[in-house]
Amino acid sequence: MIELKNISMIFGQGTVNENLAINGINLKVNEGDFITVIGSNGAGKSTLFNLIAGSITPTVGAISLNGADITRHPEYRRARFIGRIFQNPLLGTASNMSLEDNMMITRKKGFKWLKRSLNSRMREQFRGELVQLKMGLEERMKENLALFSGGQRQALTLLMMVLSRPELILLDEHTAALDPKNAQIVLELTDRFIREYGLTAMMITHNMHHAIEYGNRLLMMDKGEIIFEASGEEKRGLTVEKLIDKFHQIRHQSFENDRTLLADD
Amino acid sequence: MIEGIFVEGLIYGIMVLGVFISFRILDFPDLTVDGSFPLGAAIMAQCILSGTSLSLALLLAFAGGVLAGVVTSLIHNHLKVPNLLAGILTMTMLYSVNIRVLGNRANVPLLNHDTVLTKVTELLSGIVPDDYILLVFFVLVAMAIKLLLDIFFRTDLGMTIGAMGNNEQMVISQGVNPMTLKSIGLGLSNGLVALSGAFAAQYLGFADVGLGQGIIISGLASVMIGEFLILKSNRIGVLTLCALLGSVCFYAVMYVGRYYGYVVNMTPNDLNLIKGVLIIILLVLTQGKKLKKSAVKTVVKND
Repeated sequence: MIELKNISMIFGQGTVNENLAINGINLKVNEGDFITVIGSNGAGKSTLFNLIAGSITPTVGAISLNGADITRHPEYRRARFIGRIFQNPLLGTASNMSLEDNMMITRKKGFKWLKRSLNSRMREQFRGELVQLKMGLEERMKENLALFSGGQRQALTLLMMVLSRPELILLDEHTAALDPKNAQIVLELTDRFIREYGLTAMMITHNMHHAIEYGNRLLMMDKGEIIFEASGEEKRGLTVEKLIDKFHQIRHQSFENDRTLLADD
Repeated sequence: MIEGIFVEGLIYGIMVLGVFISFRILDFPDLTVDGSFPLGAAIMAQCILSGTSLSLALLLAFAGGVLAGVVTSLIHNHLKVPNLLAGILTMTMLYSVNIRVLGNRANVPLLNHDTVLTKVTELLSGIVPDDYILLVFFVLVAMAIKLLLDIFFRTDLGMTIGAMGNNEQMVISQGVNPMTLKSIGLGLSNGLVALSGAFAAQYLGFADVGLGQGIIISGLASVMIGEFLILKSNRIGVLTLCALLGSVCFYAVMYVGRYYGYVVNMTPNDLNLIKGVLIIILLVLTQGKKLKKSAVKTVVKND
């Protein structure tokens, strides 16, 4: 699937603000993986996602997808294979358009031409897919998305992304801006979709319980490096305490000050 | 007189539709308009003088505008120039281009030449009362363009352009290059503006490099009046209709200002000041509206 070879990212190279955000990361994502990524603020999690998605180009290193080098491909070209959900629930949908129009746009990746593809058969199909969300949105297909809640919009973004069948999905703290109830709903939907559709996924989370509970691999990042990785049997045996110990062993420092990493909710 | 107001409003209404596309749909404040309007007028005038077929002339004027819009989008997309500056650059360059197109003159009179309007008058005289011929013609032209736009923005491509104006990240995530969409949108917008300029030159009887001065403000004011007067809606058909009606209202106000302004000691030179003040008033009014709405919302939420 996707492979990162010796990736480094330096922001503001040659200036006083030079900042090594990612330091020589090697990562191979296999098909069917569900990787959770944890780390404190500034550890480079989002930068890693930006590099994979193509919003930034690495200073050093190469990224390949199914063997083809995509290091210099712009974000919109990679988006055909990579789906991404942001923390901000407004980024995945257009507020000034109706639900059915939004679904029409996201139905298929790639350039749209001068045809009118929204018809009653497609509406019926959308309706059937919306039922999966169990939010009653199938009755609101003509409403503007501005009228929907953040949780509903994030669930929709998730559904629309899954339906376009990306090879890899990147979830960048996609439940962090939602209230606990909606966050739980969206997270459960995520897990269900990933399993049902056999998707390959990477998920950043600040919640260590979620990082342990979901997925088959876990990455811990700190200061631009992947400092710890667990998968399979080892990951299943993890607890929050063990993870904190692990960090302590590797870094010889406590991260008890880092409240976000320890957050329980 | 009354038909004159409407004719002017409809001719400039084509331009307002263009401004509506860039400002409202693309969310791209495009100042190229001040240059592409006289560009359309200049191309039309030159074609009329050289005896080119009139339909081809209109097509060339439209194409000239499209090119101007594409240049702005290229400057913005590839040189990472902010959208306002990109528009100003093209607009400034177009000033020289327009003088060239007019044959190194700043003004070309078109009186005593066959124009689209004289042809239409010949064609329709007898069927429609003489005073209303131009009105009927421009109602048809403006409505035809409006309907074509409505259809365009209901297609997959049109909807994606609309989504980009609202949320560029969403379009990128769909694997579409937003630069291409901006070029298409700005090209279409400026094409319409140039077409409007071509009709304006024939209606006024001359093409002048100064025709475009302040056009963007007139266009924006018209769009805002249209939005202010009519119910909020996100249906493209309603929105384009609002833009056209806004244009008719705006040019009616300007018409009255030009002909009866002397009553309050106003000269045509004061019109630009009036336009600016009008926009400021509209901004204040629409903000007041929004504030009221959000106040109602919070009350409802607290309940």
